[in-house]
Amino acid sequence: MQKYSIFSLARNALTRHENWREAWRSPDPKPEYDVIIVGGGGHGLATAYYLAKEHGVTNVAVVEKGWLGGGNTGRNTTIVRSNYLWDESAGLYEHSLKLWEGLSQALNFNVMFSQRGVLNLAHNLHDLRELSRRVNANRLNGVDSEILSTDEVKAFCPLIDCSPDIRYPVLGASLQRRGGVARHDAVAWGFARAADALGVDIIQNCEVTGFQRTEGRVEGIETTRGIIKAKKVGVVAAGHSSVIAAMAGFRLPIESHPLQALVSEPVKPILDTVVMSNAVHAYISQSDKGEMVIGAGIDGYISYSQRGGFDVVEDTLQAVVELFPTLSRLRMLRQWGGIVDVCPDASPIIGKTPVDGLFINCGWGTGGFKATPGSGNVFAHTIAHDEPHPLNAAFSLDRFSSGALVDEHGAAAVAH
Amino acid sequence: MLRIPCPWCGERDVGEFHCGGEAHIARPSGADTIDDDAWAEYLFMRQNPKGSHHERWSHAHGCRRWFHVVRDTDSDQVLAVYLMNEAPPDLPGRSS
Ligand SMILES: Cc1cc2nc3c(=O)[nH]c(=O)nc-3n(C[C@H](O)[C@H](O)[C@H](O)COP(=O)(O)OP(=O)(O)OC[C@H]3O[C@@H](n4cnc5c(N)ncnc54)[C@H](O)[C@@H]3O)c2cc1C
Ligand SMILES: [Zn+2]
Repeated sequence: MQKYSIFSLARNALTRHENWREAWRSPDPKPEYDVIIVGGGGHGLATAYYLAKEHGVTNVAVVEKGWLGGGNTGRNTTIVRSNYLWDESAGLYEHSLKLWEGLSQALNFNVMFSQRGVLNLAHNLHDLRELSRRVNANRLNGVDSEILSTDEVKAFCPLIDCSPDIRYPVLGASLQRRGGVARHDAVAWGFARAADALGVDIIQNCEVTGFQRTEGRVEGIETTRGIIKAKKVGVVAAGHSSVIAAMAGFRLPIESHPLQALVSEPVKPILDTVVMSNAVHAYISQSDKGEMVIGAGIDGYISYSQRGGFDVVEDTLQAVVELFPTLSRLRMLRQWGGIVDVCPDASPIIGKTPVDGLFINCGWGTGGFKATPGSGNVFAHTIAHDEPHPLNAAFSLDRFSSGALVDEHGAAAVAH
Repeated sequence: MLRIPCPWCGERDVGEFHCGGEAHIARPSGADTIDDDAWAEYLFMRQNPKGSHHERWSHAHGCRRWFHVVRDTDSDQVLAVYLMNEAPPDLPGRSS
């Protein structure tokens, strides 16, 4: 791998930046791999990277039907935090946050991880009690988290309208100072480049259309570029997880919904933290380019169209303008949708499937970007060892039969 | 925006409706004898297809009545509408 540094930048400046090597190869698929990862989003690429890096499994391919990060990885509002309620979730998301903290160095790729803090607002007594409970649970689990009063919210983020006469007044907030945002494309590209350097084949424009199986064991995948054999297959396909599970003959407790986001025209820096409100369904931050990045709640019906309705956008903007009257005359530049894999308990599914050798990592729904490194890390362990890492053992598919759900609706809700 | 044809009020914006999810999920009989997997199938497992989907809608901000819709989840096109007590229509060339 060609290392990126101030020196390589200077050296390449001398040749007008015309001699940079491509960041990863685009090989033709080999006839067989030890492990194939289906889905070239952040989670799939991270899985391949950690398989090679931590488990010495380098005969690996990542097969992506479109382009890298063209799914939810490149469509999300990039909020990263770990202040989830239950011990299982705190363990998993905090593991991920710790990996984020060293990720740019580990990958030699600037993922622009910016720990600017994440505020979760409370607008009624119930919100406030729920937030206090969650903050206390977080602290017991060693996750940094604190409660702010209305005055402290105003001091921390002056842009929020904290007056008592708005429709949903701000009664307080929780703050995770180590939370923040990262650059979504860079996360996909950084993992891809580092995985490629360790020998992983990244195969784009290659759609999986079926599985080869004998006696309940997976033997390979059928794709638009032919059959590729594999000893093990890991499916990390977000909104398309149910479609791929159906190809392998089993069902998931997942529903795929559109989730929309939008960005405004760029303005000078005015918002230096991330603000989320579950009650009014809005979350917002400002990108380094100056755009306000705004996320909505899911559209209420199943869809794979990567489009949502304007009614949802309108609801979100009403809430944003009520909280930030300053923004009322900003024009919106772009709006888009991703297809999120919503799980009944708002927690992911990471582990084995009814088909031997076939593993699945899905159900991250509206909030999996923050988990990208941690998810890839524990999923790589699960595939390499044929059994879950202690941090994802609770997130198996059979929790829907055993009843041991990990209900994170309070922490996940609309927001991330 | 998605427009949903209410059998009573006609085609209206999706914002007036509430989607009740997959239709025709039968509650298993023998509640005291079936095993946990059967309950999981009923409670949690869903078809979630990319294609024709039979689903329930309620005209929440209109006549408040429930009905069935068949919709293509890839194009969001509504393919058929039928009442709660009706059987799903045959749609030529499509499997459910
Ligand atoms: C608008 C929006 C805002 C969000 N905001 C946040 C946020 O602020 N914070 C947060 O933590 N999370 C957020 N999320 C959720 C987050 O984006 C996802 O949970 C996460 O990115 C999922 O990553 P992934 O790699 O699993 O999926 P994806 O990036 O979707 O990757 C899956 C890949 O699988 C590929 N694929 C599918 N079918 C096939 C096939 N048959 N063959 C080959 N490849 C296939 C797809 O093309 C896709 O590239 C948001 C999501 C959206 C849509
Ligand atoms: Zn009606």
